[in-house]
Amino acid sequence: MSTNQSCAEPLAKDLALQIDQILANYQHDSNRLVDILLDVQEVVPKHYLPENVVTYISKELNTPLSKIYSVITFYAALSTEPRADYVIQLCDSLVCQVAKNEALKDAISDLLGIKAGQATPDGKYWLEYTSCFGACDVAPAIRINGKVHGNLTSVERVKEVLAQYK
Amino acid sequence: MPKTVSFITENFDRYDPNSIDSYLKIGGFTAVKKALTMSVGEIIEQIKAASIKGRGGAAYDTGKKWEQAAAVPGLNKVVVCNADEGEPCTFKDREILAKDPFRLIEGLIIAGYAVGAQNGYIYMREEYRHLRPLIKNALQAAEAKGFLGKNILGTNFSFNIHLYSGAGAYVCGEGTALVKSMMGDSGRPRTKPPFTKECGLFDLPTLLNNVETLAVAAAVVQHGVQDYIRYGTADSKGTKMICLAGNVRKPGAYEVPFGLTLREIIYEIGGGIADDKEFNFVQLGGASGKIAPASLLDTPYTYEDLAKAGLSVGSGGFLVVDKTTSVIDFLQAVQHFFIDESCGKCTPCREGNSQIAYIIAKIKDGKAQTGDLEVLKDLANLMRTCSLCGLGQAAPNALLSAMKHFPEEFKVLSLAG
Repeated sequence: MSTNQSCAEPLAKDLALQIDQILANYQHDSNRLVDILLDVQEVVPKHYLPENVVTYISKELNTPLSKIYSVITFYAALSTEPRADYVIQLCDSLVCQVAKNEALKDAISDLLGIKAGQATPDGKYWLEYTSCFGACDVAPAIRINGKVHGNLTSVERVKEVLAQYK
Repeated sequence: MPKTVSFITENFDRYDPNSIDSYLKIGGFTAVKKALTMSVGEIIEQIKAASIKGRGGAAYDTGKKWEQAAAVPGLNKVVVCNADEGEPCTFKDREILAKDPFRLIEGLIIAGYAVGAQNGYIYMREEYRHLRPLIKNALQAAEAKGFLGKNILGTNFSFNIHLYSGAGAYVCGEGTALVKSMMGDSGRPRTKPPFTKECGLFDLPTLLNNVETLAVAAAVVQHGVQDYIRYGTADSKGTKMICLAGNVRKPGAYEVPFGLTLREIIYEIGGGIADDKEFNFVQLGGASGKIAPASLLDTPYTYEDLAKAGLSVGSGGFLVVDKTTSVIDFLQAVQHFFIDESCGKCTPCREGNSQIAYIIAKIKDGKAQTGDLEVLKDLANLMRTCSLCGLGQAAPNALLSAMKHFPEEFKVLSLAG
């Protein structure tokens, strides 16, 4: 990542206002960094933390950029990569594997034409495999922008769920 | 007679978790009202008499923990609710958060009162983000009704609760990692001492309790110890929330009295193995738990009987696995999880998990040699004794129990020459 490039890319005004509001919600308290980054990521298009956004937060919180990046790269829920409008997280932990999530992986990849770590060309869907998110009672399961969809044992069920995210 | 009971879960589906009025209608906040008329010593004695063991997985005696926290000197103390339930096959805390948030709040208030804290915190995993509005609303409503804030119910006790979020890191369930995460840092565990009870969140004395632990504590204060210990056995008193999942007909979170056998839990409560397949093994207590073969199914679900059988309660997970998943495939999934979730700070855990995965892959491919099994055992024992935190120490549990109960699955080539 190049710092020069991000300086040349100013923050859109309405996004800056949204971030200001989030920072105010946490009284600009740098102890709340994890919450702040999660909330900001939710309002940034494609659900990620671009460099100009991180730089802005760093200045506002008076916290070194290196510290913020160490936090972002530590946590699985925070991303420095642009994702998509809809972030699809497929649980790849024990219970979902025992529930044969291989078929679910294939179904999603076939329907959307993407593998884990990729976005569809129209920027609508992003697919990633995650650790257990506690939906083991409805395994195999996915989350789309945080909402759990479970018991996805047939291609039809997967189609039904994806149809809700147009 | 149904095998499940409802003591911790008694309020589930009996009120609208979005409405404090509906909670008050069913007798909500009786526990807090009662606690505030009791002395700190009386409350701690009750919790001790109920012998509630920590429900996050470590099974430390809650009464003792509260007693120690109360005795730690310091004018400013905090209580943290660990709602970072990250063990695979564990979703009981999610059920409490979603269906009875007010009882959890009562538990936190009582804990705060008992140890002399001014502030309480709920650290909830990012994966339960959809529950944030519900919990926030519950906290605001409790404050509006005077159960939180200054001089609660006209007493000298003032207490506030704050909601913090995790961001997808299993290791943050570990106490020192959790408080780091709550201070805006990466959640890597540190060496102890100092223990969090003396130096935790914001370097203050910190009492850290799991969601279920706090819910049980509130229920015990509300109904009295006798009501609770009529369930269970002499050495494992009361009830426990369990999570049934995997190849079982009726997956879900249930409350059981201690003392049922694993077979009763899996076959009578869980309805047995799905699709009439054959039982292979069950992993108890999450990914860091041990696996039990069919020969151990008549073991009673109590702390002492499980310990005798080399098993443990852990988080309360019951991951039932049928014969379509082999032991080796399962261990690969376990390693996959721990490689992902190891924070990488200490060498035994970071390297051990990868090396174990490497040898398991060799076994699967039929390329392992006799010496590999020795290395596997050495690595596992090294991780158990030398890892910095519970994650690395417990990661080889599934492997070691599998080697004990399913030696035939660890096929090796005979040594050439």
